[in-house]
Amino acid sequence: MSGAQELAVREKQELAKKEEKTIPGRYFVPATDIFETDDALTLIMEMPGVEKKDVSIVLEDDRLRVEGQIDFSKYQGMEPVYTEYNVGHYARGFTLSGKIDRDGISAQLDGGVLTLTLPKAKEAMPRRIAVN
Amino acid sequence: MALFPDPFNPLLGLQEALEAFRTSNWLNSGPSGGGSYPPLNVFRKGDDFFLIAEVPGVNKSDLDLQVKGRTIRLSGTKAITYAETASVHRRERLAGRFDRSVSLPVEIDPEGVKAECHDGILALSLPRAERDKPSSIKIG
Repeated sequence: MSGAQELAVREKQELAKKEEKTIPGRYFVPATDIFETDDALTLIMEMPGVEKKDVSIVLEDDRLRVEGQIDFSKYQGMEPVYTEYNVGHYARGFTLSGKIDRDGISAQLDGGVLTLTLPKAKEAMPRRIAVN
Repeated sequence: MALFPDPFNPLLGLQEALEAFRTSNWLNSGPSGGGSYPPLNVFRKGDDFFLIAEVPGVNKSDLDLQVKGRTIRLSGTKAITYAETASVHRRERLAGRFDRSVSLPVEIDPEGVKAECHDGILALSLPRAERDKPSSIKIG
């Protein structure tokens, strides 16, 4: 179904600030898909222009905070003549439930798409209960 | 004088420059009016132009670029696949096919067009055609 559908433009959303940053500049919210399988929760975030070395993923208590910095030095000396979107860093935070195996979290960045795999803790895995 | 040199100021300047051009009508004539996927920015550097588009999650092999005259056609598909057993909590990323053509108001050299796709950013370098470059006239 997805192959035949016309792809629409999703306007970039600017990050609504919960706290003020001390440095000026816009941050954007990466478009994110979240899905769950039996053994893990997967977060897929679109951060075009972010390189591997510029992603920071911080887990503090239950808060997962993902930030991606873009390398805007490529734009040096470039003069915009026509624009449809703005560029900026990406940031988004999530509150995790306690049922995540924190040590098993892994991340992968490919083609501007960050995939975070949060494995479920053993006790939270679904169990099949046999009827005797 | 600021206490620390601010490394983010160039970004702020860039963001403001981009914002100021959101209403630019540089490409408005022709079939290239905004609103189609992928959203794109056009920059000028010296004589040459750069077309930058954000295409996160689009495979290089699914991207098709054509140049003819001063028109550039970007088409392709973006596919998002999930494991069959997955239950989706949140779906913000969009998938589908796209086809967009852009007519530049300047002549470009179709032979010299170069395309790169890194980290979800498609960058096309469009050299201005030699015959389209302004020539300076000496006053005799």
